[in-house]
Amino acid sequence: MNLEKCMPGWLKRIGLTSALLLFVAGVVFWGGFNWALEATNKESFCISCHEMEENVFKEYQNTIHYTNRTGVRATCPDCHVPKEWGPKMIRKIQASNEVWHKLLGTVDTPEKFNAKRGQLAQNEWNRMKKNDSQECRNCHNYSYMDYTEQGPRASRTHPKAFDESKTCIDCHKGIAHQLPRLDQHIGKQNEGAPELSHGEKPAEPAEAADKK
Amino acid sequence: MRLIPALALAAAVLFTGTGVVSAQEKLLSERGDVSIDQTSKVDMFRPEKDKENIPRNFQKQPPLIPHSVKGYVVTQNFNKCMDCHSKERAEETGATKVAKSHYLDREDKKLQTISPRRYFCMQCHVPQFDAKPLVENNYKPAAKN
Repeated sequence: MNLEKCMPGWLKRIGLTSALLLFVAGVVFWGGFNWALEATNKESFCISCHEMEENVFKEYQNTIHYTNRTGVRATCPDCHVPKEWGPKMIRKIQASNEVWHKLLGTVDTPEKFNAKRGQLAQNEWNRMKKNDSQECRNCHNYSYMDYTEQGPRASRTHPKAFDESKTCIDCHKGIAHQLPRLDQHIGKQNEGAPELSHGEKPAEPAEAADKK
Repeated sequence: MRLIPALALAAAVLFTGTGVVSAQEKLLSERGDVSIDQTSKVDMFRPEKDKENIPRNFQKQPPLIPHSVKGYVVTQNFNKCMDCHSKERAEETGATKVAKSHYLDREDKKLQTISPRRYFCMQCHVPQFDAKPLVENNYKPAAKN
């Protein structure tokens, strides 16, 4: 009787059992949603498409993020899916476009993939430029870089690049996958292809101040 | 007695002879005494740490690469070396600029861009590893003119 008095009106109307059931259903649905989300956030899921397995995954196998001395790895979603909830949801919704192109077979052969490589790479470069290479910085934090432990080239270039408010992706392109056709002024080959940007355009001064 | 010095000499010859033979046996290849179809037990050589430019050993020697080139790819699409060493990029990156000789074709005619026969940098310029020389090298460069 006492319990009934404490219950709010809506709870009285639907009854205690239904309320409990609804609560459990909520937990199950939310858990299931997250489980499904995480299931699509695994390397094994990514390479279940041969588009990924035969092109980008093979290239990635030769790089330090796949295999290295200590076995600490960065798998596909570590770089390609944001960790924060909001951006992650947005990226996952955008990924439905990729499912559509899987059905269309847009890049289902290495030839087709290589023809699209420039555009696909540019999409990722733009995304990482926009979020200040957040996925790199999840592990590689500028603030904790010990320049004395870095090689002479890295310890010289990193502080300079940070001063120019450059972000990781400005210089570190093609570290996990092969680069698309790029014009490097080295002959007729690849003439007319886009040039590799090294983040030449410095950010607006106001924007740089905000970041600090 | 003449026999004793002769014997001693024979023994000495025999000794030094076997000494030479055993020294030759000890000289193994860099991958050790393992036949080609087996995996070498010798540890992989590690690239040397990045350092300053390495002086040339003789005139016109292709300069050695004083830094690690691990993961550097030279493909039809992209030449990682030229990303820093090309004449357009060298000033910004502080890398050694590609030499003028690399902008000549085989008839010594000047080209606007790097000669295609120079595209594969690591055919001549090689990175350095911590492999110890198997035999002593007493090469000395000719005096500079």
